[in-house]
Amino acid sequence: MTSASSAIPAAPPSAPVAPSRQKLFVLALLACALAAPLMIYPVFLMKGLCFALFASAFGLLLGYVGLLSFGHAMFFGWSAYITAHAVKEWGLTPELAIGLGVLAAMTLGLIAGWLAIRRQGIYFAMITLALAQLMYFVALQAPFTRGEDGIQGVPRGHLFGLIDLGDTLTMYYFVLAVFVVALLFINRVVTSPFGQVLKAIRDNEPRAISLGYQVERYKLLAFVLSAGLAGLAGSLKCLVFQLASLTDVNWHMSGEVVLMTLLGGVGTVFGPTVGGFMVVTIQNYFAGIGSWVTIIQGVIFVICVLLFRSGMIGVMAPWLKRRGITG
Amino acid sequence: MMTIFGIPAAALFGQLLLGLINGAFYALLSLGLALIFGLLNIINFTHGAQYMMGAFVAWLALNVLGLGYWPSLLLAPLVVAALGILIERTMLHRLYKLDHLYGLLLTFGLALIIEGLFREGYGVSGQPYAVPKELAGGWNLGFMFLPIYRGWVVVASLVLCIGTWFAIEKTRLGAYLRAATENPTLVRAFGIDVPVMITLTYGFGVALAAIAGVMAAPIYQVSPRMGSDLIIVVFAVVVIGGMGSILGSVITGYMLGLLEGLTKVFYPEAAGTVIFVAMVIVLLIKPAGLFGKGA
Repeated sequence: MTSASSAIPAAPPSAPVAPSRQKLFVLALLACALAAPLMIYPVFLMKGLCFALFASAFGLLLGYVGLLSFGHAMFFGWSAYITAHAVKEWGLTPELAIGLGVLAAMTLGLIAGWLAIRRQGIYFAMITLALAQLMYFVALQAPFTRGEDGIQGVPRGHLFGLIDLGDTLTMYYFVLAVFVVALLFINRVVTSPFGQVLKAIRDNEPRAISLGYQVERYKLLAFVLSAGLAGLAGSLKCLVFQLASLTDVNWHMSGEVVLMTLLGGVGTVFGPTVGGFMVVTIQNYFAGIGSWVTIIQGVIFVICVLLFRSGMIGVMAPWLKRRGITG
Repeated sequence: MMTIFGIPAAALFGQLLLGLINGAFYALLSLGLALIFGLLNIINFTHGAQYMMGAFVAWLALNVLGLGYWPSLLLAPLVVAALGILIERTMLHRLYKLDHLYGLLLTFGLALIIEGLFREGYGVSGQPYAVPKELAGGWNLGFMFLPIYRGWVVVASLVLCIGTWFAIEKTRLGAYLRAATENPTLVRAFGIDVPVMITLTYGFGVALAAIAGVMAAPIYQVSPRMGSDLIIVVFAVVVIGGMGSILGSVITGYMLGLLEGLTKVFYPEAAGTVIFVAMVIVLLIKPAGLFGKGA
């Protein structure tokens, strides 16, 4: 009998890539991110980072476990509500409020995941969508969410009681720091033995079961992690815009995060980030003209599914490989 | 005035009737979804948009061509089915060999496009559509007032559902369809043109949604958003019933409509959520769904 530990597949060979080039590339990106607010409107950048994080959280689930959740807005939106309420009504400091929001999202993720992983594939997607709609109605009716108005004028507060986040530039560097740490965390998760098991489940679930893995538990843990990270993105967004509203829990939001990940590239670490920034840019560009944002998003969905299912990162892969940035 | 559990009987029966009508739409839509899923292995997210298009075809036919309700009842499903067949031939059929989730994503994108275009053209506010004069008015049944049009919707949808069930379970064409659902390769080997059957099935499922849309037009207002909220509820209905059985999806549709109607009487705050709560309970007790054959 094979013991569980020896069944973990070896890490994919990334040896041929010159590690220095990869590191250099990441460092260059980071330098750009640090200097970006000098040239680009910081609030736009923060919005992009929040959605990039949201998409990365979603991509963790779709890309590495193969679970398509159509209800991630419930984690994003509810975490925003909890954070907003904690800051505004209870006067908590931002880091505590964010922690509370993430905790709420993870609890919600535990319940929703526990229910949804009872069914597979298409049913999983429909169940998560229905649960998210349920939570949308709860948000619509619960008094503390203030219905159609949302929780407005959420103060950003002082980080650890010391650093004033009211300053846009300070807020930007805070969001950037959280984003970088979260992305490192996701990268760590997918390259860990746990992540290898997730990929094994994605590629061949019956085989993973026959090797003795408690597949349901792995799926549930991945779901809770993804929900927590989506919640983190929601909490950040709520502090950036000082608003938590029904838009964040609506099914459109669940669809948008699917689009970001699909557009960027499913199953890649940077894909969702690229997709997130692209979708936010499109939104900003077409915001003024009625329903065209929705129509364009639909068109991108159709094009992505029909023509390039590997996303932008997939399209850029040969170029990145030539430069020795990826393996 | 007669009361039941402290609720005026007229109000109770009125809400039950409304529930039955909602159930009729759930049944028609989940029936179409189940048919399409059976043969195409695709969950048709566009279904809600196609229901909305059915209502809009009726509205446009009346306001542009001057065609009334009855011609629309035939015209709308034909137009929407033709568009559906176009979608199936040009896009969906490329995805059959891929993961089923891509079908969901593609049809979601199409739903966004269709809804967005109609919103761009006609705004978000609803357009009224009058009840046809043959069905205007109502009967006083003694315990409640029955608007004739609502009675007609319930009867018509029952006839459509039973007719579809009969066509699939009792006719030769239906037998081919069921065989192709089980094993398309083998059915092809017998010389039956499965790809054409798939295309027509998609057209038929979509046509059912369009008929539902026309029937809904005089009850709800014709608005670009009427489909997207409904389709999510119908997904919950499908999860509850399981898509394995035609009759199962019809029965589940009506049952949940009634449940919603009852909730509106006794606990109105939960009327919007009761179907989702029912889904949670079913998932806990019978994860495969009421009529499901497996996960």
